[in-house]
Amino acid sequence: MNAPVLQVQGLSVAFDHPLGKVQAVDDVSFELRTGERFGLAGESGSGKSTMALAILRLIKPPGHIESGFVRLDNITLSDLSEEETRAIRLAGIALVPQGSMNSLNPVMRIGEQIADALRDHGTALSRDQTEAHIAGLLGRVGLHPDIARLYPHELSGGMKQRACIAIAISLSPKVIIADEPTSALDVVVQRQVMATLARVQTDLGAAVILVGHDMGLMAQFVDRLGVMYAGRMVEIAPIGEIIVSPRHPYTQMLISSLPSFEQRGVLRGIPGLAPLLRDLPSGCAFHPRCPQATDRCRTEKPAVREVAPGVQVACHLA
Amino acid sequence: MPALIEARNAFKTFGGGRFGRGSTVALSDFSMNIRSDRPSITAVVGESGSGKTTLARILLGLVTPTEGSVLYNGRDIAGLRAGGRREFLGDVQAIFQDPYGVYNPFYRVDHVLTTPIKRFRLASSKHAARRLIEDALRAVGLQPEEILGRFPHQLSGGQRQRIMVARALLLRPKLIVADEPVSMVDASLRATILGSLKKLNQEMGISILYITHDLATAYQVSDSILVMYRSRVVEAGSVENVVKNPQHPYTQLLISSIPKVSTTRDWIAGDEPRVPAGAVSSGCSFADRCAMVSAICHTAPPPLFRVEAKQAVACYQYRTASVLASGEMDQVITGSVSA
Repeated sequence: MNAPVLQVQGLSVAFDHPLGKVQAVDDVSFELRTGERFGLAGESGSGKSTMALAILRLIKPPGHIESGFVRLDNITLSDLSEEETRAIRLAGIALVPQGSMNSLNPVMRIGEQIADALRDHGTALSRDQTEAHIAGLLGRVGLHPDIARLYPHELSGGMKQRACIAIAISLSPKVIIADEPTSALDVVVQRQVMATLARVQTDLGAAVILVGHDMGLMAQFVDRLGVMYAGRMVEIAPIGEIIVSPRHPYTQMLISSLPSFEQRGVLRGIPGLAPLLRDLPSGCAFHPRCPQATDRCRTEKPAVREVAPGVQVACHLA
Repeated sequence: MPALIEARNAFKTFGGGRFGRGSTVALSDFSMNIRSDRPSITAVVGESGSGKTTLARILLGLVTPTEGSVLYNGRDIAGLRAGGRREFLGDVQAIFQDPYGVYNPFYRVDHVLTTPIKRFRLASSKHAARRLIEDALRAVGLQPEEILGRFPHQLSGGQRQRIMVARALLLRPKLIVADEPVSMVDASLRATILGSLKKLNQEMGISILYITHDLATAYQVSDSILVMYRSRVVEAGSVENVVKNPQHPYTQLLISSIPKVSTTRDWIAGDEPRVPAGAVSSGCSFADRCAMVSAICHTAPPPLFRVEAKQAVACYQYRTASVLASGEMDQVITGSVSA
């Protein structure tokens, strides 16, 4: 087994709120091996995007990282100064943000935006070298080199998302975090963009964290999946395992709520609503919606346990 | 008997003149008829910019076609006045994408339910109005006591969207046009909203036009389906035929692009499909991406060819089949639940 390239241990993120503390991420641990594709799934508000930002140390007040650490190749990110953290971002861990439409600077040409990132990270290249490097990056994500001279509004959604991937890989990071990279794209373009991401990731040998809620995308793309609910990691398992035999009742319901192409007219939702993060139910946060809840679930918070090799579940019943 | 709603060769062009520079064709040569005696759920699927929303707005009378017409009980909706228009507005109701934007945050949610009652004089007393509202809320699976008197921000997106379904229901419409009703709602709540739409169709005989980009939910709730690509209907038919046996190369591409929840991982493996060149030919709008392209594809846009009793395809590969005429759409799209 490969050594972990990224290690997240006991990470907790809270937001201060006049009505009480909002625990967005609660004691989450996982590891990412070199070249691995890890999925982070959950409903809106489950803490998956906050998790991604916390790994990059991009949480802004009133939010703050309460405890835990993130280690990239034996460097503990919390030990670094703000300047050193900035250097790690993009060069060590790169983010492909949600909604490519809004993350590019609308008044800067694509090429300038890539060059900007390179300059900021102290890459000393001549003008010609920079241009050649940018053309190479665009080529790797399936874009024509001439795209460098265009502004974001001149590109389609899929092209903008590719440009974002080009920026993300510009410094050959070890970890790429992609936060719902294709949620605004239609399925045909989504497939093209994900194929591009898969290819550049394999070329670089980088690990990928894919944040999202589309279980079909997860099933087709990631090697292992972590499922979050109300800020906690409730299950981590290899993707083949979790699709066939999900162990946590929430994961079970998440998978059975997906519309299938085998059977028509069976639409199952997950009853109830996701809990308010500042007012979580006692015990297991999922117990009010869980059909199998017992008295123990109402009082005692389940710890994450390894129930089979590589399968971790936070449920009393698993 | 004339159709409840019929679009006849409707075109909609935004900006410029019909052939003006920089104009965008949002809908081309669209014909469809929905009969009130055969309630069905018809899905309209297509990528962003394919003309789905323009299609919805044309049928709702919110957009006037640049060419062609939309008829309500045989009369052009552009010419409807006073009583006729009121009748149309009552018979054809809309549900929109954004369950946040449709509410005025300063009013309690009751406001969106009492307004149509006042406007259409649906109740003779306050008490009767309250009863109507409660019945409508229960019909969509909401508890009136949990909803009434609340402000929009106190309810979830799923609850707000179901209130919009209840509001549409108050007027006892014959057709509900739902434009992406679940795309802004969490996946776990989609099922309940689509379930209430299905129930309205089955129990109250209301036809539903379900506009979506999500083929999976379209397959789950609809009887029939229209597939749109660059302003045109490229395939139409029963949902079983179109999803299980797609005939248009675009529909085939669309269906094979959906990532499936399965341990068979064949989605990423294939070559990266070609990115469209963007040039719109005078013929078939899919010609620049199509593997089956031939000379005839560049001549003129293909009409819908009827390949099955309940399937029509706008592709010259099937040109030996008969052409589906403008008023015949109901023959291929009416569902199996027809009375």
